[in-house]
Amino acid sequence: MEESDLCVVARVRAGDGDGFRLLVERHSRSVFRLAYRMTGNEQDAEDVVQETFLRAFRQLHRYESRASFATWLYRIAANYSLDLIRSRKRHFDHRQHANGEERDPLLSIPSTDPGPDRTAFSSQIQERMTEALNELTPQERTAFVLRHFEGQTIGEIRAVLGIGENAAKHSIFRAVQKLRKTLEPLVNVP
Amino acid sequence: MNHLNEEQLVLHYYGEPGDAPPVEAHLAECQSCRAAYQSLQCLLNTVDVTVPQRPEDYGAQVWQRLNLPLHRPQARFWLLPRNWAMAAAAAVLLVAAFLAGRWQRPASPPPQVAVTGRLRERVLLVALGDHLERSQMILVELANATPELGRGGGRLDISYERSAAEDLLEANRLYRQTAQRTGDAAAANILDDLERTLLEIAHSPSNVSQTQLADLRKQIEDQGILFKVRIFGSRVREREAPVSAANRNL
Repeated sequence: MEESDLCVVARVRAGDGDGFRLLVERHSRSVFRLAYRMTGNEQDAEDVVQETFLRAFRQLHRYESRASFATWLYRIAANYSLDLIRSRKRHFDHRQHANGEERDPLLSIPSTDPGPDRTAFSSQIQERMTEALNELTPQERTAFVLRHFEGQTIGEIRAVLGIGENAAKHSIFRAVQKLRKTLEPLVNVP
Repeated sequence: MNHLNEEQLVLHYYGEPGDAPPVEAHLAECQSCRAAYQSLQCLLNTVDVTVPQRPEDYGAQVWQRLNLPLHRPQARFWLLPRNWAMAAAAAVLLVAAFLAGRWQRPASPPPQVAVTGRLRERVLLVALGDHLERSQMILVELANATPELGRGGGRLDISYERSAAEDLLEANRLYRQTAQRTGDAAAANILDDLERTLLEIAHSPSNVSQTQLADLRKQIEDQGILFKVRIFGSRVREREAPVSAANRNL
């Protein structure tokens, strides 16, 4: 039977640092998926994965078993992704202000891993999707990614963003509105 | 029931509990709301992001790259003030040695002296890299501390971070002064910002209220200090690598 995350965490806390390897191997892929959806590019996502496990290891004494280890880990990953996209945005806004017109480098990142069977239409949707997600504020993007892709509850999203319930709901709603505006012309809605 | 608004439809799509039964009942009866909901469903069902595949052994690769300091008995080792003090004292000695080396270095050093110089540089870079990493840890701990984690009526015990910041201050001052003397204005500015933040943390009470924690977090965030320290730390580590390689080739 597979040892639960909670048992592994207890082992690591008791001094078996090598036990942390199991947690890394179990959760790396899902943290990468979250990070990629949050940041929109592979390099940043790798960076988030690395930093998330580093922070988790260092802060393991703060983990309380009320939430699952995976949820706690996602919270760290989402927070760090949020810091990263906020800093990028601030940096970009500053540069744009100083240099006049400049395209957001995130927008110029090509959609990766298209897959051989992807149709031109879905490719167009993917490109517009990437653009639409990049148009969201960091808070909207975080709330939307956590709700839409990760299925996190409003309570969990509140905790990650440090905002109230209504603000969390409103961030999701605003994100959907913006995505709708961009994507609706492409999607044949009844 | 009035027609459902867009926000209600979005929340219903995501299965938020609360007013689900009345919303469902309304959707069953009202054709226009049902059409609006179907349109939203159709759109949100297409929202997907193609995530690049990771190899089967991705977890093992991440583990290798992490290179965690497992020889330490516990993760909290770093947070013990006594160890921070020792690390800071060692860093101070290293900086002093480095400065002495710089001032005493002759115009055309013989090969052996050049080797010593490179070693000193490597030692300084390693010490500075560690200093930045420890500072980053403190900032991250505070940036990620949420009121939910606080005990005792929403207060959070930051005594570890506080004493660690105190210990880091002295070393930081020396690094900043070194950067200023050597004319590295960018590094001096980052270290100056870091010093102010460390000072703020060191002067905070051991038990902070939610408001005090929010103020600290705001200061960290407003200055973008975490990001700056992270980037600076990466640069130091990058510089460290060629120096280490040069030392190995000798």
